[in-house]
Amino acid sequence: MSAGRETGLPDVAQVWTWLHAVPDPEIPVISLTDLGIIRDVDYEGDTLIVTVTPTYSGCPATSIINLDIETALRGHGIEKLELRRKLSPAWTTDWMTQSGRDKLEAYGIAPPQPAGGPDKCPHCGSQLVEKMSQFGSTPCKAQWRCTACLEPFDYFKCI
Amino acid sequence: MANVDKEMLTQFLLRMGDNTLILGHRVSEWCGHAPVLEEDIALANTALDLIGQTQLWLGYAVEVMDDGKTADDIAFLRDAWDFRNLLLLELPNGDFGQTLMRQFLFDAYQSILLPRLMKSSNQAVAEIAEKASKEAAYHVERSAETVVGLGDGTEESHKRMQAALDRLWPYVGEMFVSDEVDAAMAAAGVAPDPASLRAEYDALIGKVFAEATLTIPDSDFAHKGGRNGKTHTEHLGHLLTQMQWLQRAYPGATW
Repeated sequence: MSAGRETGLPDVAQVWTWLHAVPDPEIPVISLTDLGIIRDVDYEGDTLIVTVTPTYSGCPATSIINLDIETALRGHGIEKLELRRKLSPAWTTDWMTQSGRDKLEAYGIAPPQPAGGPDKCPHCGSQLVEKMSQFGSTPCKAQWRCTACLEPFDYFKCI
Repeated sequence: MANVDKEMLTQFLLRMGDNTLILGHRVSEWCGHAPVLEEDIALANTALDLIGQTQLWLGYAVEVMDDGKTADDIAFLRDAWDFRNLLLLELPNGDFGQTLMRQFLFDAYQSILLPRLMKSSNQAVAEIAEKASKEAAYHVERSAETVVGLGDGTEESHKRMQAALDRLWPYVGEMFVSDEVDAAMAAAGVAPDPASLRAEYDALIGKVFAEATLTIPDSDFAHKGGRNGKTHTEHLGHLLTQMQWLQRAYPGATW
């Protein structure tokens, strides 16, 4: 069950650190752990089990994410690896880390807000923002614009 | 969950998965053709969510069927008579207003059905419903807003939305017609009897149509035959010639 130092396998905390360095393929400024989609890391015998939950059921990045996880962990010498999909509890943007939110905003994507819309423009900080469309360039985003600096921007949908 | 007939459960899962598959394909036909860019992106994203949900429903269906087929096999290699989607969803898109009207009529149904399925005695069904219900809630918010915006819009948009509702209304009743599959699912606690969802559905759409200044036709007539596969419309076959073209022309093709 627990990390197998006695078996010479990397411990679970080490694996989490490696996963923290794997970027989201569509928003590479944040990592998979920032996004909150890695739900569990553990060993069953000497097989490492990484449990992943999808953001949106049809997100085309899901298979790339699995490939990136596998590539990263194999690169760190993990030989026996299994990825498991977990649907429940369903992913929520509440699982995004604070550092993930900060990185999104610095990148120009307004982070998810419980109020259902961005609190300010990620470019100029103005609160004069309006929705253009409930959907955007990826399944997890919507399109908004700032009426102060007139720049459009992506808003990470809150679900 | 012990005593669920495998064939009945499969039929239920095909109904869920074929609904999202066929509507997902129809909505995807708008890609590159919508009136404005934002709507084009919104429709493509909606289609993507629906296809994602299809992968979950049909993925579980083939697990239950356990005869070596994959979700892709049943999506792309079945013929029209084996599909179990509502007739409403296979109808051609019509204009943008009709597409959004159909979307609203279906989103409203899903937004009521999926939360009920989250309490299913079947864990896989409950988990898929939990995932899908979040997306359905987002979809119905948008389609309801659009129906109100266009219904209570210009004279032209109002006229078109009323025509869309008049055209599609006879296809709504099929959502609530129960049969032996529904009875088996209800008895096993897998899914509610669809007839039991009607009052809540009527309340939801009634509120939106009132705000949209649209009038629900005064008729209970319902076209049926999609959910049980007995009588699909001629449109489904035409849709399949597009959707299944690649898999039929190049058998066994993989990415």
